Amino acid sequence: MAKSIAQEFAKGLWEEIPPFRLVLGLCPVLAVTKTVENGIGMGLATTFVLIGSNLFVSLLRNSIPAKVRIACFIIIIATFVTVVELLMQAYAYPLFLKLGIFIPLIVVNCIVLGRAEAFAFKNGVVASLADGLGMGIGFTVSLGALGGVREFFGSGTLTFWEKPAFEIANYAPSFQPFGFMVEAPGAFVCLGLMLCLMNLVGSE
Amino acid sequence: MREMIRMVVVLTVLSAFSGGLLAAVRNSTQDQIENQKLVFVKGPAIETILAGASNDPIVDRFKIMDGDVERSFFVGKFDGKAETVAFECFGKGYGGDVGLMVGVSLKDDAVMGVSVTTHQETPGLGSKAKTDADFVAQFKGTPMKDAVKVTGDGGAINALSGATITSRAVCFAATEAGKVYQRLKPQIEEKLKAFK
Repeated sequence: MAKSIAQEFAKGLWEEIPPFRLVLGLCPVLAVTKTVENGIGMGLATTFVLIGSNLFVSLLRNSIPAKVRIACFIIIIATFVTVVELLMQAYAYPLFLKLGIFIPLIVVNCIVLGRAEAFAFKNGVVASLADGLGMGIGFTVSLGALGGVREFFGSGTLTFWEKPAFEIANYAPSFQPFGFMVEAPGAFVCLGLMLCLMNLVGSE
Repeated sequence: MREMIRMVVVLTVLSAFSGGLLAAVRNSTQDQIENQKLVFVKGPAIETILAGASNDPIVDRFKIMDGDVERSFFVGKFDGKAETVAFECFGKGYGGDVGLMVGVSLKDDAVMGVSVTTHQETPGLGSKAKTDADFVAQFKGTPMKDAVKVTGDGGAINALSGATITSRAVCFAATEAGKVYQRLKPQIEEKLKAFK
């Protein structure tokens, strides 16, 4: 194997961090990251699905016929997504209400299918688990960061567990939120600027 | 041919396993989900209707079989007397069913208050049924035996502007609640004795 397990894990955190480096799975990224909380919630749900699907795809990779592999991936991914949806309804109902339709949409998230196809189908169980975990954490951090920036400028708050933990208005009463940031175009601009920053830091 | 059979077998086995797993997860989370829905969807509606009750209506609830439907009733205690119940009825709205929680005072057979629980109405128009306090306040005090109608249909409720269908749905649900109430009143009174 070319890379160690630790490297497989770590690449998801910076080198190939989704969605910035891979620029995959933008649908939930744009739609959900209006607040830090939503971003992290979505990230965690996706992480769970990623780990589960990577594990099973790599376990079954020798019994899945190549011609129907995509169908098999989708069955596995959809199963985990439905499990997440049920668990979220049972234990984090307010978050479920906010994320709504975007939870079932994890099924078609390119990152999950992409990792199954590009990595788990060709690698061992441990490496696939490390890959899934790394990618998932990377995705969660990215969504959290994106949500944080958008919420900070767009609404002037940072919310954790339903309570505003920080409000700009307390420090600078004349602050006017940039409504643009919580709209979809704001997400694109924000994503682009953050990617630009990452490239600047990375190129040094 | 062999490969073909293999594909079919793999997909079938995988789907079967997935189905089994999902059924197991669903079964084990069902009660918890029901509970969460009570707290987060019906809870706020019940709280607005039964504001000031000395008990927790979500805990103090009972069920009555109405034909083949099971209905949940939430009890509100005021001044130590359990004479108020809230229950949910549905009307057909513009985008799907509109759920309406109706609070009834058994003492004067009248609506104590209503509040919309679930809906898929147009944001900004029909969705106001849930947020516009003035709209739902009109239902307060309506006798349970009367059919509730919007002014355009000869009733007393001013419809939300631009959302006649939603307003009708809410009225329909309120009328439905009246029918249910009259049908089940003896049973409700019977059950309420347990909460006194």
